[in-house]
Amino acid sequence: MSLAQKTAFQLLELYRNKKASEEEALTDVVSAVHTKDRDTRSIHAYIDLEHSTPLQKQVSGPLAGIPIALKDNICVEGREATCASEILKGFVSPYSATVVEKLLNAGAVIFGRTNMDEFAFGSSCETSCYGPTRNPRDPERVPGGSSGGSAACVADDTAIASLGSDTGGSIRQPAAFCGVVGMKPTYGRVSRYGLIAFASSLDQIGPITKDVRDNALLLSVIAGHDSKDSTSANVSVPDYLKALEDTKLSGMKIGYPLEIQKDLTPDAAKLMTEAVKILEKKGAVIDRSITLPHTKYAVNVYYIVAPSEASSNLARFDGVRFGHRAAATANLLSMYENTRGHGFGAEAKRRIILGTYSLSSGYYDAYYVKAMKVRTLIKNDFDEAFKKVDAILMPTAPSAAFKLGEKTKDPLEMYLSDIYTISANLAGIPAISIPGALSEGGLPLGLQFLAKPFAEETLYKIAHSYEEALK
Amino acid sequence: MKHIDLAHVARLARLRFSDEELKKYEAQVEEILKFVDQLKAVNVEGIEPTSHPLKLSNVFREDMPAPAFSVEEVLKRAPRSRGRFFEVPKIIEDKTR
Amino acid sequence: MTTLVTIGLEVHVQLASKTKIFCGCAVRFASAPNSQVCPVCLGLPGTLPVLNREVFRLGLKAVLALGGTPSKTIRFDRKNYFYPDLPKGYQISQFADPLGSGGLIEIGSGESLKRVRINRLHLEEDAGKLIHDQSEVSSFVDLNRAGTPLAEIVSEPDLESSEEAYEYLSSLKAILKSIGVSECDMEKGQLRCDANVSVRKLREEPLGKKVEVKNLNSFKAVKAAIEHEIVRQSEALEKGEKIPQETRLWDEARQKTFSMRSKEEAHDYRYFPEPDLVPFSVTPKEIEEARASLPELPKAKKERFMREFQLSDYDASLLSAQNEVAELFETAVKKSLMDAKVAANWITGPVFAYLSERNVSLSQTALTTALLADTAGLVQKGSVSFQAAKEKIFPEVIEKGLDPKMVMKEKNLEQVSDDSALDRWISEVILDNPKVVAEFKGGKETSAMFLVGQVMKKSQGKAHPAKVQSMIRQKLKE
Repeated sequence: MSLAQKTAFQLLELYRNKKASEEEALTDVVSAVHTKDRDTRSIHAYIDLEHSTPLQKQVSGPLAGIPIALKDNICVEGREATCASEILKGFVSPYSATVVEKLLNAGAVIFGRTNMDEFAFGSSCETSCYGPTRNPRDPERVPGGSSGGSAACVADDTAIASLGSDTGGSIRQPAAFCGVVGMKPTYGRVSRYGLIAFASSLDQIGPITKDVRDNALLLSVIAGHDSKDSTSANVSVPDYLKALEDTKLSGMKIGYPLEIQKDLTPDAAKLMTEAVKILEKKGAVIDRSITLPHTKYAVNVYYIVAPSEASSNLARFDGVRFGHRAAATANLLSMYENTRGHGFGAEAKRRIILGTYSLSSGYYDAYYVKAMKVRTLIKNDFDEAFKKVDAILMPTAPSAAFKLGEKTKDPLEMYLSDIYTISANLAGIPAISIPGALSEGGLPLGLQFLAKPFAEETLYKIAHSYEEALK
Repeated sequence: MKHIDLAHVARLARLRFSDEELKKYEAQVEEILKFVDQLKAVNVEGIEPTSHPLKLSNVFREDMPAPAFSVEEVLKRAPRSRGRFFEVPKIIEDKTR
Repeated sequence: MTTLVTIGLEVHVQLASKTKIFCGCAVRFASAPNSQVCPVCLGLPGTLPVLNREVFRLGLKAVLALGGTPSKTIRFDRKNYFYPDLPKGYQISQFADPLGSGGLIEIGSGESLKRVRINRLHLEEDAGKLIHDQSEVSSFVDLNRAGTPLAEIVSEPDLESSEEAYEYLSSLKAILKSIGVSECDMEKGQLRCDANVSVRKLREEPLGKKVEVKNLNSFKAVKAAIEHEIVRQSEALEKGEKIPQETRLWDEARQKTFSMRSKEEAHDYRYFPEPDLVPFSVTPKEIEEARASLPELPKAKKERFMREFQLSDYDASLLSAQNEVAELFETAVKKSLMDAKVAANWITGPVFAYLSERNVSLSQTALTTALLADTAGLVQKGSVSFQAAKEKIFPEVIEKGLDPKMVMKEKNLEQVSDDSALDRWISEVILDNPKVVAEFKGGKETSAMFLVGQVMKKSQGKAHPAKVQSMIRQKLKE
């Protein structure tokens, strides 16, 4: 059996017992990548295999010798970071993201850039300038997005673990579609320095792993205060692995919101029924009276707030100091317009237009400010709910992975598939997706848990317990 | 009723669209805006907007110099540079400075 | 036709911190292009701003010194527009909740005292520099200046003349210098000023249309440009023309403003709260502490100098404008026990002349209060004339810190006040110039000065002139 099929914890144990070496593990991973992920007809979780060289700075630490793949919007010094966009092709970052420094200081081996939706705009990994990634469970289907590559490689055993980013569900939804574990930490838990920004008040980097234990290990390495990020929380990082010691959930109160109980698809309904059964068996108490009345507006709010911030964050891609510059540039204006017109893909342009419009004179109050106020209402709903329960339960996505090309004609349809993941980003709370059940068609369905700010321990405890019950 | 003057917004965002693209994007964006208009129904009286989900304040750095890049490093990624400068198409009239 | 002139000034002041507002790059004038740049101020993807504590402190001091009030919650906003010297495609500035608002600057005095209100002071980052004259087809970008901390100070349109505007700027500079917030040297780019000028017929349209004048590089230019604009707009009104609201540039060489050729797009800056920076606030206790730590401001100091030392408005203004000078003056009077008026004369005279000629500041000279007092003392005692002290002794003292008495001895400048010596010279001169003596006796007063001059010549400048004069008059009266 290839070492690439192991979890990080299993590898660490094998290293400890001298049953396998770090070199062997890396060789197996690299070989798996080159065999299974060779080109765009395959799963295509990775970008630019020819230039992928492993990077390790330390030989000891909690992640010593563990290869980790990174989403292409996380900067590594001396390496390309393109956000899967033409406008950044060839951009080599002169510095590393704080999370990368932390991984390297923990002994990890950085290997591989994973595919994503361009600038993280998307829920299917179909807008990448490198071509789409496919779902390892069913290559006719999408892996989810925007961290599609990061989820696919973990599911496909062409990576031990990976990092993705989540702005509206971009870690959790692909984790759900691919049948792996994905965690979006509390806003401010993990530094954003070195994450190429999409929506600054929503973005978080998080781990995507084969199981909950690996996820807790990875988060404990990348979490923590960063003085380079003003929005980074100065809250100590607890020992997340301790939360996994006891798998009983007695005394744990888990809310199943009224609004979620309605309008479930058949697959989601089946998932939730099973989930409730398993959790109750483990001793949790399910509270069905919890209400989140404003989450029905979450997608509306998100599609004003996120594009607004994005339109501003993407203004720096102007062809002056780095990245692509259009060839025909008669004057400054045409340099800007051609560079950005050619360099950005369709979804990126749509979001920039939406965002620019929402912020523009005459519309700012009606759109942006209004959305920010409804955001407060959504956050307040969660604050209220967490006074009564320890965690909240819901599906990660309405259904299992859809087919490639199925939702690309209508942007709005694609946006609506984020309905369960978006509110956690708006409220800034942590949320985890774990494999919950299989759909009617045998595809993974993700189960999502949300908790109050900085309560990742609670999420890991519940997720780990559930995972154990499924074995 | 049409919301958006796409050509104007495109100019603000420095994006070039062909006439065909303009029509296509306009229709898509219109649909999305109709969807977000559902927010009109929400009563937000007395509610403060949330710009920052975390209740952090007063984050500073100390006034201590850190090493700067060499000029080579600064210009390394520039699509066009000359000598020690970034190069752009000539600006005839410098309005804002 | 009576016209109403309304002027508002927008001043951008560079705050005197060591590093930029959101990153650790040093702030230095005239460095080699693109040598003071890092990933943050270069606007590279993934970078984030963190506010410089010293910039916040300096800005707060400025708000309080100007009599303003800090906002309860202080926030940053993004001002979005595209320009090659703006790396991120937006400027981090403040719109809705600035560092401070309100405050005033007093200009004039007594009857003509006027309070010019300040609308707001906010913090923002500066953009880089663009160079347009090196090529026919390209412009060039230097980002050293990008991220330099600025305080933008906006006055209410309370000014009504170019003189008032000039005084406002001088007072603002004096205040900000005295609290150590900025050197405000326009030549070093530490202070920039745009003027909004509106001339309208009395009882006509309410304020709203104004002409913005940019490219003003000195206080004099501000004054000249405003004067020009007032004339230009008045003439237009006389002809019945409408004055369009626009931005005009000042041409220093031609001493006139001209309209920009291209039609200026109305900017839609799409301000929204900066999500990468958290809000800031100061407690009432911190405000009080900051206020208490403010040094005596120039106006208060001037008034005190007039009161305490019986100085004229003119002298008091000059002496209170800069901290170093004020300190020299006060210490000279209080510690070295110099006469206030004498000290004032020496400082506003020879000291200022030296500083301006050599373009140095007081701390860069060797002058101490003791040395100043000693130099003046020689004149008081009559050991040297003021002329000799000023021209021959003082330069050595201020430049090299030499003891004035020693210089006097070495240069052999000591005046002769000895009556018998003087008497001898006077007698000789009287004998040598009978015609002039006769003229004096005949009523020509100025002849006495000629005779004094002759004595000075005979004594090689060492005779005590005042004494010689009185002795001559005495002698000739006999």
